[in-house]
Amino acid sequence: MIDWAIVREMLPAFWHGLQMTLLLLVTSAVAGLVLSVPLSVARSARSPWARWPVFGFTFVIRGTPLLVQLFILYYGLPQFGVIRNSALWPLLRDPWFCAWAAFTLNTTAYTTEIFAGAIRTTPAGEIEAARAMGLTRAQVFRDVFWPGAWRRALPQYGNEIIQLMHATALASTVTIVEILRVGRDVYTNYLKIPESFGMAAVFYLALTLVLAGLFRLLERHFLRHLDPRASATPMPEPVKASAHA
Amino acid sequence: MFHGYLPMILDGLRVTLSVAVVSLAVACVFGLMGASAKLSHSPVLRGLAGLYTTVIRALPDLLLMLIVFYGGQILLNRVATAQGWGYMDVNAFAAGTITLGFVFGAYLTETFRGAILAIPRGQIEAGHAMGLSRGQVMRDIVIPQMIRHAIPGFTNNWLVMLKATALVSIIGLDDMVHRASLASAATREPFTFYALIGAIYLAVTTVSILLLGALNRRMSRGIRSEVRA
Repeated sequence: MIDWAIVREMLPAFWHGLQMTLLLLVTSAVAGLVLSVPLSVARSARSPWARWPVFGFTFVIRGTPLLVQLFILYYGLPQFGVIRNSALWPLLRDPWFCAWAAFTLNTTAYTTEIFAGAIRTTPAGEIEAARAMGLTRAQVFRDVFWPGAWRRALPQYGNEIIQLMHATALASTVTIVEILRVGRDVYTNYLKIPESFGMAAVFYLALTLVLAGLFRLLERHFLRHLDPRASATPMPEPVKASAHA
Repeated sequence: MFHGYLPMILDGLRVTLSVAVVSLAVACVFGLMGASAKLSHSPVLRGLAGLYTTVIRALPDLLLMLIVFYGGQILLNRVATAQGWGYMDVNAFAAGTITLGFVFGAYLTETFRGAILAIPRGQIEAGHAMGLSRGQVMRDIVIPQMIRHAIPGFTNNWLVMLKATALVSIIGLDDMVHRASLASAATREPFTFYALIGAIYLAVTTVSILLLGALNRRMSRGIRSEVRA
């Protein structure tokens, strides 16, 4: 039933599509991660001047469809002569840049809220203890506050990255040839679903499994202390450790 | 400001909201079936439900929508040819709502499953011990509490699905996004119209959050500390 000749012929195209999907995913995920660390701290700050603008940003981004955001950036902005004559025009004219910008804004908003949630659940005693031990504010942030928040956020952050990977499929609507676009093109040429959308599904499924596995490894590394088996195993040579003290 | 296109866009909002509400109903049906299958004693049902939630959540919504839309078209025409009905078109509204419902049913499966599991087993046993029938236990003990536990997840899924309706414009449904692109092409003012529908989506989201928040507070009255958290 599946025409393997088409599959073989189109495999290189899917391979290129995969690279484009990965490129979009990695660049927007990295930019989003870098932006959402300071934004999440501001989002959970005591000052309303820090808190409300960030909330406004995440609320608007999370409350509107990504497709509409992408269309505003790619089709909408050129409406203004100021933008067409600005130095940014070569960038904003580029569908790749617009897609990257839309995905980055999106993942930044969601990740900021995830991190802010993790920050809010920081036990007050941890910070007080660190301060009482004489750690500076910077040390508290780097060594106590952030590692804890990151660990609490990790499972949700993993989901967000998988969602972001799925969201990159929308880039196909602004002429970018990623996995889904290749699938649609193959469908248009051959009108066969398994060889076109089916292949795309296989690629997305594989990507999802790889990402989920990757985050499972990260969780195993960062959340070791929560694994009942790992914490049940006796500490190696506890006597020596106490003798040392 | 909108060159007279505002009524057309607002009519598109009606389409968007119909798609969202019908998809939600379909998703609730799939979600309840999925949750009962996941909690059943039959390993076959559990396996099928597991496959459903895993595969759906591993694929982009847009891809699933295209598969259902084009796949449905091919299937329908195969049946139609066999029956001698001639060529048939897949209705974009039906394709869109069935796909969205099927996709979000997988997410609601997890929401409903968690909501049922959150009810202490002892309450159901106590109900049976007091002589209530299975139907009474379901109606008076399980469902009222299940609704309360499901509201936060349900709210979340509704908001995500509302935004996902924008994708039905890609398979040719005449929703708000499609109307905005028509108006943009006619007026050469794409920013105006895409920003307008962005604002409308935001308004619907905000109203949904307020309403479902009020519902959550109402369902949780008499429950300590849950609403404040």
